[in-house]
Amino acid sequence: MSVVVSPIREPLIRGSKTYHQITEDLCAATERAPSLAWVLAFIVAGGALSFGMFCIIWTIWVGIGSWNLNRTIGWGWDITNFVWWIGIGHAGTLISAILLLFRQKWRTGVNRAAEAMTIFAVICAALFPGIHVGRMWVVYFFFPYPNTRGPLWPNFNSPLLWDLFAISTYFSVSLLFWYTGLVPDFATVRDRAKGFRKKLYNFLSFGWTGSAKHWQRWEALCLVLAGISTPLVLSVHTIVSFDFATSVIPGWHTTIFPPYFVAGAIFSGFAMVQTLMLMTRKVLKLEDYITLEHIESMNKVILLTGTIVGVAYLTELFIAWYSGYVYEQFAFFNRALGPYWWAYFGMMTCNVLSPQIFWIKKFRRSIYWTFLLSIFVNIGMWFERFVIIATTLARDYLPSSWSLYSPSWVEIGIFIGTLGIFFTFYLIFVRLAPVVAIAEIKHILKAAGDQYVDKNNAHAKQAALHPPVHHETAEHH
Amino acid sequence: MSSHKEVIYGLYNDEEELLSAVKIANDQHLPIMDVYTPFPVHGLDGVLHLSESRLHQGGFVYGLIGLLTGFLGMTWIFTKDWPIIIGGKPYWAVPAFIPITFEMTVLFAAWGMTITFYIICGMGPGITNPVLDERITDDKFCIAFNKASLEGNTGKVNDFFRSTGAAEVNTKVF
Repeated sequence: MSVVVSPIREPLIRGSKTYHQITEDLCAATERAPSLAWVLAFIVAGGALSFGMFCIIWTIWVGIGSWNLNRTIGWGWDITNFVWWIGIGHAGTLISAILLLFRQKWRTGVNRAAEAMTIFAVICAALFPGIHVGRMWVVYFFFPYPNTRGPLWPNFNSPLLWDLFAISTYFSVSLLFWYTGLVPDFATVRDRAKGFRKKLYNFLSFGWTGSAKHWQRWEALCLVLAGISTPLVLSVHTIVSFDFATSVIPGWHTTIFPPYFVAGAIFSGFAMVQTLMLMTRKVLKLEDYITLEHIESMNKVILLTGTIVGVAYLTELFIAWYSGYVYEQFAFFNRALGPYWWAYFGMMTCNVLSPQIFWIKKFRRSIYWTFLLSIFVNIGMWFERFVIIATTLARDYLPSSWSLYSPSWVEIGIFIGTLGIFFTFYLIFVRLAPVVAIAEIKHILKAAGDQYVDKNNAHAKQAALHPPVHHETAEHH
Repeated sequence: MSSHKEVIYGLYNDEEELLSAVKIANDQHLPIMDVYTPFPVHGLDGVLHLSESRLHQGGFVYGLIGLLTGFLGMTWIFTKDWPIIIGGKPYWAVPAFIPITFEMTVLFAAWGMTITFYIICGMGPGITNPVLDERITDDKFCIAFNKASLEGNTGKVNDFFRSTGAAEVNTKVF
């Protein structure tokens, strides 16, 4: 049952691994004591998380006036951070779901960690709609449940409520998808564990046995979850873009927002995945599983989506000119030359210019440049949301209402806190669960392991010369 | 799931050996109880003659329930229970209902399918199913026979394991 693999494909698993070695390598981080690097990182992340929690409690105790939001800038760092985090979360679903549908084997090196990243990013994002309302203690009013206030229902026609449904659905479906994939891997860790760890992983693995029928259903479930997660991820960031696009503000009320936001989300998400993967593979010594092939493939996606975002920027500028609508034209003059010109400059440099170096193979395959770029892209995408939100609100229709905004220490602290939440959860994940999908890596070993390259090449040549008659069931992926 | 079963099982080192062995077991009309692998093996469903999973159909039905719940729910709320003119739009604002309807479809389909999957596989938080061998989730592939269904033909099964190259043969009682 040799697999037909194109000879131009590079191997995805290096080191001539056996199935047992894969188990050993990928379970290792959950079985040994945390390294010094992990402990230091955990202390830093935990500190940031604590400071963030303090700032959130300060916001609730002292009031939303401790933030610098005011007329006309009702949304500042809060919504900028919200959109930034949701965007970052999208890469995980894209890697797991969309690459599964496209049968890209390289997804197996990074999908588990990317999905985990999605869940943690969505948790960070979901904080902001909760705490930015002012009366956080009645935030359950948003949910449509029978109540004694009429019953009073939320406004189903509002994008802000669509957001609530979209993000809750996205969070729970991503959690299901991630956990379904984890169950067989938890079973692997369970069967190697002793004592308390065995009890823990026994609980987490839900009684998985590896029966053929269960695997069949598991693959069916993963395929359908992937199939519905794909339109879900596209819809979530589209709905987030509707928060702006359905308004009447110049610079916001434009139909390019849905595709532009989705491309931007994938762009920043992949950049964060690169940041995490480059650190993870180094510290956990997983270079044989997260190879340069994986890194290069992700860089190609970053290049593509970055270019789409750049094209979207140019389109906005063109349409502003072509429309002849003075308010739209002013919105863009203001972005480039107004009081926040430095944010616009940062956005253009980091998002449009910097990823272009990935056209050059040497840079696409360089760990150093990839890491640097991934940080730049994330910074650039943060500036993009800031430019869209704060810059536009500072200078809308009526000059007598123009104002300026800069964040208070509380808002900055909450942002730092979300970084703390994200990295703390990621560090706990690394200790608790296999960072790379064990069963899926074993599944692609014969097709993508470096010891099988010659054999697969020979088989591909044979298949090309003598096309086989189809007599077995079609492959799933 | 099992109540006092005696199981004879053989462990193989490679999935290709496993697939040929299952084919031979079918030829010899040996009643396989189950096959266990560390990862999904392609072609195994076919040789075991496993019927297609109906989870997909279930997912469709759950999604439909979600769609109807969302759409009809909003319709009733905004046309019958408390209609309000919002932004000059009609009470039954179908385009505005689409995003939430879509999200409810996905939500119900995903949760429905996942919970169904765990129930029909006999799995769940804290549930322990008997494990034949701890190396199955590592790198061993297992064919298991229920001794009761063999009607005393244990010799035939042992010969089968020997001839197909099983690395180990063991017995376990559940």
